[in-house]
Amino acid sequence: MILLTRDPLDLAALIDAVRDDTFGAIATFLGVTRATSNGDPRPVVALDYEVYEAMARTQLAEIAADTGRRFGPLRIAIAHRIGTVELGEPSVAIAVGTPHRPQAFAACAYAIDELKARVEIWKHERYADGAAEWRPNTRTAP
Amino acid sequence: MRVRVLAFARLRELFGFGERGIECAPGTTLEEVWAQLAAALPEARALRPSTRFARNGTLAAASAVLQDGDEVAFLPPVGGG
Repeated sequence: MILLTRDPLDLAALIDAVRDDTFGAIATFLGVTRATSNGDPRPVVALDYEVYEAMARTQLAEIAADTGRRFGPLRIAIAHRIGTVELGEPSVAIAVGTPHRPQAFAACAYAIDELKARVEIWKHERYADGAAEWRPNTRTAP
Repeated sequence: MRVRVLAFARLRELFGFGERGIECAPGTTLEEVWAQLAAALPEARALRPSTRFARNGTLAAASAVLQDGDEVAFLPPVGGG
């Protein structure tokens, strides 16, 4: 399941999408919008996400397939919110179902790292002082 | 020939469009379309090193030669998640 949506994310729907009678583990990740930006003292008051939808869908499907090859058997669901996301709300949600928990945790971590590194989605931060900036991701240390 | 150009995020703001058709000569490359659009925009030109190009939904080299009807995209560094 790959979803790009302007609506609030529904983690329960993602979990349902990765259930299987042979799976004993479901790991989930929620990326939630923060009031603080890395290295920037200005409070963030709102975030807007923009997407190249056709390309992002393909990239997310590739990440799902890659994740399956590395950590499968598994089922994976990835959803990203587009447009304005209020502070404290999820902008991205991932669920992974696997037979046992190590693969579920590892696959979930791999999928979010890949999404942040290479999917054509852009984040626009608006600050309390009225300014706004497009904020790229930085690679976080493993 | 005619190609469709997509620009996103800061590049969309600088170019003043998110999507636009442009006429170009046969044999035109992605880099040449960029150069034509960014010619009068110093701030866009300054972003060239961090900009990636796509042709028909796939990342492509700046030297890729365009065909009539292609979809070209100028992509800033991503910020999803």
